[in-house]
Formats: sequence, structure tokens, C-alpha cells
Amino acid sequence: MAVQLFERPTRQQPGTGPGQPGRGNRPRERRWRVTERLEERGRPSRSLVVALVLACLSLITLDSATGEDSPVEPVRRVVGEVFGPVEVGAAAVVRPFVAVPDWFRTHGDLRGDIGELEAENARLRAEVNSADYDRNRLAEYDGLTAAAGDLGYSLVPARVVGLGPAQSFSSTVTIDAGSQSGLRPDMTVLNNDGLVGRVVRVTRTTATVLLIVDPDSVVGGRVGSSMELGSVRGRGQLGSTGRLDLELIDESDVPRQDDAVVTWGSEGGAPYVSGVPIGRVTAVYSSLRETAQRAVIEPYVDFAALDVVGVVVPSGTASDRAVIEADGSVR
Amino acid sequence: MNPARAALTVAAVAVALVLQVSVFPHVAWEGVVPNLVLLVVVATGLVRGAQPAMLLGFVAGVLLDLAPPADHVAGRWALALVVVGYVAGRVRQDVRPTVGSVVATVAASSFVGTSVFALTGIVLRDPALGVGEVLQVIAIGVLWDVVLTPFVLPVVMGAFRRLEPARATA
Repeated sequence: MAVQLFERPTRQQPGTGPGQPGRGNRPRERRWRVTERLEERGRPSRSLVVALVLACLSLITLDSATGEDSPVEPVRRVVGEVFGPVEVGAAAVVRPFVAVPDWFRTHGDLRGDIGELEAENARLRAEVNSADYDRNRLAEYDGLTAAAGDLGYSLVPARVVGLGPAQSFSSTVTIDAGSQSGLRPDMTVLNNDGLVGRVVRVTRTTATVLLIVDPDSVVGGRVGSSMELGSVRGRGQLGSTGRLDLELIDESDVPRQDDAVVTWGSEGGAPYVSGVPIGRVTAVYSSLRETAQRAVIEPYVDFAALDVVGVVVPSGTASDRAVIEADGSVR
Repeated sequence: MNPARAALTVAAVAVALVLQVSVFPHVAWEGVVPNLVLLVVVATGLVRGAQPAMLLGFVAGVLLDLAPPADHVAGRWALALVVVGYVAGRVRQDVRPTVGSVVATVAASSFVGTSVFALTGIVLRDPALGVGEVLQVIAIGVLWDVVLTPFVLPVVMGAFRRLEPARATA
């Protein structure tokens, strides 16, 4: 009888038996046990759920409340020491295969590229020759880059080996140079197109770089033609649609379209050295309520295709690799 | 789960993490890559149930929060993947999951995981982003994860069943 009740517990109505109170209670008890057993299979114990969720929440609170000197920081560094070299290795293995699609480009494709580049060249040459203000801007560039050179910086070359996924909603990359190569936090990272970002954290062999398109990134910017100052913020988008916002301090000055924006520079060159090109102005907005002008900047750097970058280090930094000096020589 | 098997499971997560950070960005769409770590957690949930999946989700999430180039507040992916472990583990029935149920579980888990991560970001104001951009990233993420499901889930689930056939009922 008991076995039968156990197998078909839900069909048994309690109290339908001949009326003995003992038998009336038993099926209900059985049914309760059966359902409990089924629940156990799928559902984790309540204490584990509470413990795990609390662990996550306390980790979040610990890291977000303490900020810069967070106790999580040393752990991050240790995990970085382990995963950094693995990422460098994985990127080195994948790199040859990334070039494979280029092999299948046709003659027509390449010819088209040459045509486009020639057209762009001609347009740029015309721009440089036509307007005086363009020439002035070039002179300013020369002055600024010379100033950067005079300050005595050199570049440590590095390659991007890891890119944070967009699912994390932050734009950070790993590069394959670390404290062994002379890197420290708050150093400027650039490539041959312009400003890339700054170093936020280093391990022995790798460093994490916060890109200027990250929503948390703020860079002091200067409009090349008028020398106006402002702050450049990221919008968190990579790729060709990635844009930056420039807020000018002086509301009376309106930047022109295609004006170049360069870094303003911080004291001691940390986190940003001065005179590095950031991007060009594509649109300007102003509102009566806001006291500042807002300009949209198209960055010179293509952040979706980052590969070789340079980290600005003080001249004479000891490094495990060749360092490019300000005058272009390699040490 | 004995220590060797636990180590192997964590190793699978580590491999997924490195692939996700160093290899898949080359094929990323709008910067979104397939969330392989999440797929491993979902596979654990489907084969073993919620409890091991939640534990693995916590470990994997902490790794995802701390391994370079992550720079967000630690614990956010941990929380998201613990929830994913719970969701994937609850789907498990005492029958072998069908192709349809696996794909549906992956899609639901991917949506829930990225959403929980985004929500914690909004609460903490970690990055100030618009809802439109967040939804776009979530949608592309779900698409990527579903596309990768036929290549990843059978391999990982098969490996888990072979590792511990007695406890894997699905």
C-alpha cells in the first residue's frame, strides 16, 4: 500500500480512505517528500545562493567604495601577471592568421585603394597650400611637437594583445609591455595617427590601457587653430562611428569644422603629454542653458584596428626592448 | 566534484577567457565578441544543475572581472554569471536537453547575463551609457552566443559528461 501511494502521490486524495486518521495523513506526507526531492535536484541550496550573491555584492562594494587604493588592486595585479603572458602568447599565435583575408584581395581592389589614396593625397596637398590658417596650424603643430621633443620623452613600442569586449561597456586594451619595459601607470599611449589613451595599471610583462573613447576618459584638449582649451570625453563606441565630445571652457569661441584638436598636456607629462593630435572637429553644438560649447570630435586613431602603439616614457628609461628617442633614433 | 575535475573546469574557463580577449576581437562586430565564459557556465548548468553552475559562475565572473584588460568594478561579472548559472541550472530536466532547449537556454542566459552586468553598471554609474547603446550590445551579444552554441556547447557538455558520468544525469 505504501509503495503504491509513493508512486502515485498526487492522485491520492487525503481523507478518501475508510476514515482512519492515520492512513489519511500518510499520503500527504509522502507527496510532500516527493516534491521536496524533485525540488532538490534543480534548485541550489538557499544558503549557497545567499552566500554567492552576498560575496558578489561585497566585492562590488569593496571595489567601488575604496577607489584607487582598493584591496582588489593587488589581486588584479596577480591575475594580470598570470593571464598577461598567456594573452601575449595567444595574440602571437593568432596574428599570422589575421592577415589571411588580405591575401585574397584582387588586383582591382588594390588599384582602387591606390586611386583613393591619390585622391586623398591631392586633397590634403590642396588643403595645406590653399589657406593661410592651415599653414599656421602646421607651424603650431611643429612648435608643439618640438616642445614635446624638448621635454625629453621617448617611446616604448608595444603591440595590442587583448581587447575588452563591448559587453563590459568599457574600452580598455592589454599591451605586451609592462614594468620590465619601463612602463608605469599614468603614461601616455599613442600611435602613428594620434592619441590612443593612458596606462591605468601595469604587470611585469603587460599593461592595461584606458582608451580615450571610454566613457570614463577625460583628456585636456586644445583646438589647434585658436589655442582654446577644453575637455575631451569618450562616448564608449569603438570603430568608425566612435566619436568624442569636446567641451570648451570659453563659450564665446566657436571651433570651426576640421579644426585639429591636440592634447593640452598635464603637469609633468602624466597622464597626458602635450601636443599629441587627438582628432578633428566634425560638428559644433551650443545651447543657451549650457555655459559651454560642445564640439564633436572624430578621433584620428581607428580604435577597432589598433595594433602597434607607443608608450611615452621619460628619456633614458631602462627598458627590456628598443626605445625610440625623441630625435627618431633607436636605442 | 574532486579537485582535479574542478581544476579542469576552471582551466576550460581560463581558455575561454583568453580566446575571448585575444582571439575573438579580430572578428568582433561593433566591438561585441561571443561570451565564451558564459557559454561554459551555461554548459555546466545544463549538465550538472544549478549549484555547480553558480559556483563556477562566481569563479569565472571574478576571473573576468580581474584579468586584463578589465577595468570595471570587480564583482559585476561575478554577480551576472551567478545569475546565469542559476537560470541555466533551473532549465535542466531529467531528460537529455534537446537542440532547441539548449539554444533557448543560451539565448536567455546571454540576455540575462549581459543585462545584469549593464544594470549593475547603471546602479554604480560605472560607465554612463544610453539605454539604446546598451540594448544594441545585448542584442548583438545574444546573436553571437547563439551562433557559437553549436560549436562550443556540444564539446563542453560532452567533456563534462565524460569527466563525471555518474552525476551528470542530463
